[in-house]
Amino acid sequence: MVRDEPAIAEIWTWLGEIPDPEIPAISILDLGIVRDVSWSDDEGERALHVAITPTYSGCPAIRAIEREIVRLLGTRGIARVALDVRLAPAWTTDWLSIAGREKLRDYGISPPRARAIDPNAPIDLTSFVDERAACPRCGSSAVELVSRFGSTPCKALYRCTACREPFDHFKAH
Amino acid sequence: MSGPLSEARDAALFVFLLRLGDSALVLGQRLAGWTAHGPALEEDLALTNVALDLVGHARMWLDYAGEVEGRGRDADRLAYFRDQSEYRNVLLVERPNGNYADTTARQFLFDTWHLYLLQALGASRDERISAIASKAAREAAYHVRRSGDWVLRLGDGTETSHARIQAAIGDAWPYTGEFFAPDAVDDELLARGVACDLRALYTPWDAHVSRVLQDATLTRPDDGWMHAGGKTGKHTEALGYLLAEMQSVARSVTAARW
Repeated sequence: MVRDEPAIAEIWTWLGEIPDPEIPAISILDLGIVRDVSWSDDEGERALHVAITPTYSGCPAIRAIEREIVRLLGTRGIARVALDVRLAPAWTTDWLSIAGREKLRDYGISPPRARAIDPNAPIDLTSFVDERAACPRCGSSAVELVSRFGSTPCKALYRCTACREPFDHFKAH
Repeated sequence: MSGPLSEARDAALFVFLLRLGDSALVLGQRLAGWTAHGPALEEDLALTNVALDLVGHARMWLDYAGEVEGRGRDADRLAYFRDQSEYRNVLLVERPNGNYADTTARQFLFDTWHLYLLQALGASRDERISAIASKAAREAAYHVRRSGDWVLRLGDGTETSHARIQAAIGDAWPYTGEFFAPDAVDDELLARGVACDLRALYTPWDAHVSRVLQDATLTRPDDGWMHAGGKTGKHTEALGYLLAEMQSVARSVTAARW
């Protein structure tokens, strides 16, 4: 069947234009929120299904992201968009793209270490401090944890002891 | 079980989900009470972020509860239009915030149980429960490290902080028995492979709590008489005030949409 509908690859490119509402330096694709994009027939009408996995359970940004996906695709002529919220597997910062990590650093946020904390691992009270956190300004790894939470649930507040600047660190999650 | 509760399509599963959702919601609401009142800006941020996680968990559990019930109620409807006797949270979470040691003790004892509970529910045969629990466990793993660290700081801190956290742990302790006491609902869902064995959570909970208390130079209270009733809707007076505040806007402006 010949259809005048945008190719999936093109739609992925469009979705990459949507910034995270809280950290606009990175896109929702960099964050790994969009898991799948596919066309299907819903009650005889073609609909675009976009599977998304929310980051933190209570993060209010997810509503803004959902609205923005529907709005943007609407401007590109896709009228029927079905958002499928996929909880499993749970979102983790392990899904953050390499490019996204670089963009975070350029934006002044230290990216998370490569491997998130295993929620089933024994509880170690010292495992808070991310030994890979480095100052996004001067690059020094002489840093200290100031607060386990920053301006959003996904970030912690650190201070660089070399250049004395405080900075946000994206927590491994 | 009161009338409206037993009309659900799967009454046991409905109540089980209410218990999970209500415990997260009530504790989230309690912690939100610290907003702009935290002892330091960093703690203010931390408590409100933990509250946000818990309210997020509550939304997922209660939305599912509403679907299981099959009477068209969503998370908001269940949160704002049920009275005290219809709430199924454990009693510990409705205890007032008190001083910072009281809030810390309540959080530490709950977080430790919460993490082990969510880990166990990650293996539920019910895919939705397994997905929600696995997601929530990632956040609970962080909460438990934060609150444990504060028990250490207060216990091994000044004479005053030590005395306050010791008293707070003692006050909260008789509310922890409910964590590990299954009833007919828990037993039915355990047999169906949906729930976990609450009794089995005691050993890891006790090991972690005892170790942190010891490191914090605190004395672990003895397990004596324990309060119970939250899981069946018999609450302390404190919950009524919390719900009155939380539900007032939704009930006075019923046409409002968030």
